[in-house]
Amino acid sequence: MSMATPLGGPFTHSGASISRTMTLVMAALLPATIFGLYQFGWPAIFLFLVTVVSAVLAEFLALRMAGKPVMPFISDGSAMLTGWLIAMSLPPWAPWWVGVLGSFIAILLAKHPFDGIGQNLFNPAMVARTVLLISFPVEMTRFVAPMPLGSADAPGFISALEITFGLGSHFDAMSSASFLGSVKTQLGQAERLPDILASGYHPFALAFGTVSGSTGETSALFLLAGGLFLLATRIISWHIPIAMIITMVALSGIFHFIDPNHFLGPVMELSSGTFIFATFFIATDYVTAPSTPLGKLIFGAGVAALTFLIRTFAAYPEGVAFSILLMNATVPIIDHTIRPRIYGRTRKGVPIQHKPK
Amino acid sequence: MKIFRISGGIHPKGNKELSAEKAIEPVPMPSVLRIPLQQHIGAPAVPIVAKGDVVKKGQLLAIARGAVSAPVHAPTSGRIVAIGRFVAPHASGLPGATITMRPDRRDEWGERLPALDPATAEPSALAERVGSCGIVGMGGATFPSAVKLNLRSRHALHTLVINAAECEPYLTCDDRLMRERTDDVFDGIRIMAKALGVAKVLIAIEGNKPEALAALTGAARATGDKSVAVVKVPTRYPMGSEKHLVQTLTGLETPARALTADIGIVVHNVATAYAVYKAVRLGEPLISRIVTVSGKAMVRTGNFEVLIGTPIHHLISHCGGHVEEPARLLLGGPMMGQPISSTRASIVKGSNGVLALAESEVPSGKTMPCIRCTACVVACPCGLAPFDMAQRIRNDELDGAVKIGLLDCLSCGSCAWVCPSHVPLVQYFNYAKGKLTAEQRAKHKQEETKRLSQFRDMRMDKLKKAKQEAMAKMMAEREAKKKAELAEAADEAKVTE
Ligand code: SF4
Ligand code: SF4
Repeated sequence: MSMATPLGGPFTHSGASISRTMTLVMAALLPATIFGLYQFGWPAIFLFLVTVVSAVLAEFLALRMAGKPVMPFISDGSAMLTGWLIAMSLPPWAPWWVGVLGSFIAILLAKHPFDGIGQNLFNPAMVARTVLLISFPVEMTRFVAPMPLGSADAPGFISALEITFGLGSHFDAMSSASFLGSVKTQLGQAERLPDILASGYHPFALAFGTVSGSTGETSALFLLAGGLFLLATRIISWHIPIAMIITMVALSGIFHFIDPNHFLGPVMELSSGTFIFATFFIATDYVTAPSTPLGKLIFGAGVAALTFLIRTFAAYPEGVAFSILLMNATVPIIDHTIRPRIYGRTRKGVPIQHKPK
Repeated sequence: MKIFRISGGIHPKGNKELSAEKAIEPVPMPSVLRIPLQQHIGAPAVPIVAKGDVVKKGQLLAIARGAVSAPVHAPTSGRIVAIGRFVAPHASGLPGATITMRPDRRDEWGERLPALDPATAEPSALAERVGSCGIVGMGGATFPSAVKLNLRSRHALHTLVINAAECEPYLTCDDRLMRERTDDVFDGIRIMAKALGVAKVLIAIEGNKPEALAALTGAARATGDKSVAVVKVPTRYPMGSEKHLVQTLTGLETPARALTADIGIVVHNVATAYAVYKAVRLGEPLISRIVTVSGKAMVRTGNFEVLIGTPIHHLISHCGGHVEEPARLLLGGPMMGQPISSTRASIVKGSNGVLALAESEVPSGKTMPCIRCTACVVACPCGLAPFDMAQRIRNDELDGAVKIGLLDCLSCGSCAWVCPSHVPLVQYFNYAKGKLTAEQRAKHKQEETKRLSQFRDMRMDKLKKAKQEAMAKMMAEREAKKKAELAEAADEAKVTE
């Protein structure tokens, strides 16, 4: 179409912009990020920087290749946020090339082949995480126990450089499984859940985030605070988070009630892994989520149900990324079937009938 | 009173403080008045005066043509100097038929219609008076008011809703009118209720106009009229949309493609009520209106009583001109108003505001791709998916856009107001609606041509058939005659034998 029409209204605007949205999301991520980086020290900080910078670089390259104007798109902040989200979902001591690869996969394979911002079907950060996990299972499951900056065991600046940019020689000694990973392994060895948990996992540690895991899965509480901030500023709507949390609580609650020896309860499921992170920061990604409230509820419930199934019955300890990608694929169908109700019409689109009072 | 919630809507910055405390002022007589013949929805009026005629104030200049139309009257006394095409107050800047008159500055009334007493007058007489005084909806929609006052004949009406929400930012003309001419406005409202034969009147005013609320509540109390209720409605755009206002007040949702009259309710603007008062009580036609002049690019803002036909530049220069070159010059509010293509265009019956917006008041965002944030879906008061409609229009799938509700769109602009990507959504919708209308018109024309040619074919066929029949008849007759002659001859022969 051509837009040869005279300029129409409105001649006023709310002031919303993509960069404002992205900035607020980053602000919401900040507490959890700072806490995570503090916990995992210099190597995590380096990885974070590497990932963010390479995401912006990848965006720049992609825009140049597509012949699009670079400045307005780079400055919208979306690539930076993608890099940030990837950094949050990587093992904090992963080598630099994992971060670079992740960002390049996200931007160059998941975003721009679909014509860039607003068009991609799959969440770029989750595509990156999933491809990395399948391609480099060793690097992607090698976690460390928290060693806060300045603590005795924490690597200094120089040895951190070695960890992130070197060959990772003195890494193996320190590696430690993530919570869900170790629970899965031990359950596989026919142990009872209460015994496993008794050997040192405390729900509070999981919620606060003083356990091993990716930067974005440690502090459920800080992430929750960020999520509430996004809800309060109306950057995200409540539909997806509530649907996810209720579904997860319901499913894990039922299974835990039936067999507490083998199934984690709702509190554990919510506070462990990247569930809360994904609930507020990944599943709510505008581009890859449905557009109607009802569609969002279905999407959220689907993500949580799949996550629970994968965590509980499949080979992988964590299932959020897979679940989100699977549900991303259903979004066009959801959006096609579930449309908002038009004023004065029924859901089917016929004018409503009025019963006289 | 219980208020019902509507879905969607936005809270744009009101900016009403720029003019809300400025009392209504008259404007000096301009040296020329240009009165468009189309100041309403429907067929343009037909002039009954000629160039050179001397007219008196209130004299009929042009008569209504057809059922949906409105006559036009002389705003003052003077001489008609031209009847022709002149730039119309439209964004398109296209000229429209216009009567130009030069005021004689004596402002002499001609013959005025006699005052009617609403207590004794027939409802139909009241409606007729409103029609003959050229009153149209003054909230901007400009639908001829008499048509709406006659709905009684076809609908079972029970409620009159007075739209005094004034939900557009900047505009304060209705607010001032209600505060300064409370009793007249209230009288006009009761006249309308009488004409409609309704038992209940609801006057809806947004909560950001406490003085107007108090004034009308006082007027209602003073008359002791229990059938009239003044209702404070939430300050939320687009509260002034008829169907949404009705739902807020009554909880009733008007079916799609229907009128509020189908559920027994008629909505009139509060400024229209004032015009009705003047028409019925004073016999005065609609020749002036209250206009808000505002915006930070104006030297002086305020509310003015302006003669219909006053050039916009006259009003602007009366207000001292501009502080800075306005970034936007608008007729109407910033949500649904239109850019002024030329300040030589006139104030017409539906003009509620002249806004000169400074650079700082105009959004400056660059258009970016839609990020499917669905803010527009949340904001739409009509339950539409604006981003989806725009996408389809962009792909030239007009039918697809219609299927998901394009024709249910009000063009209220709530969606574009919230869009972080500054997608010009309303422009897409207006473009598509315009194209559909044009297509429909073309189709109509095509069908008409087809019908005409079919008709011609039919006529030709008939003619041919008639000719053939006549021929056959003639032949048959000739044959019969021949036969008869032969037979006669034979008979004769027989006889002679
Ligand atoms: S302009 Fe149309 S689509 Fe946009 S909010 Fe208003 S009614 Fe909805
Ligand atoms: S508000 Fe704008 S960016 Fe958001 S979905 Fe609507 S059109 Fe797209």
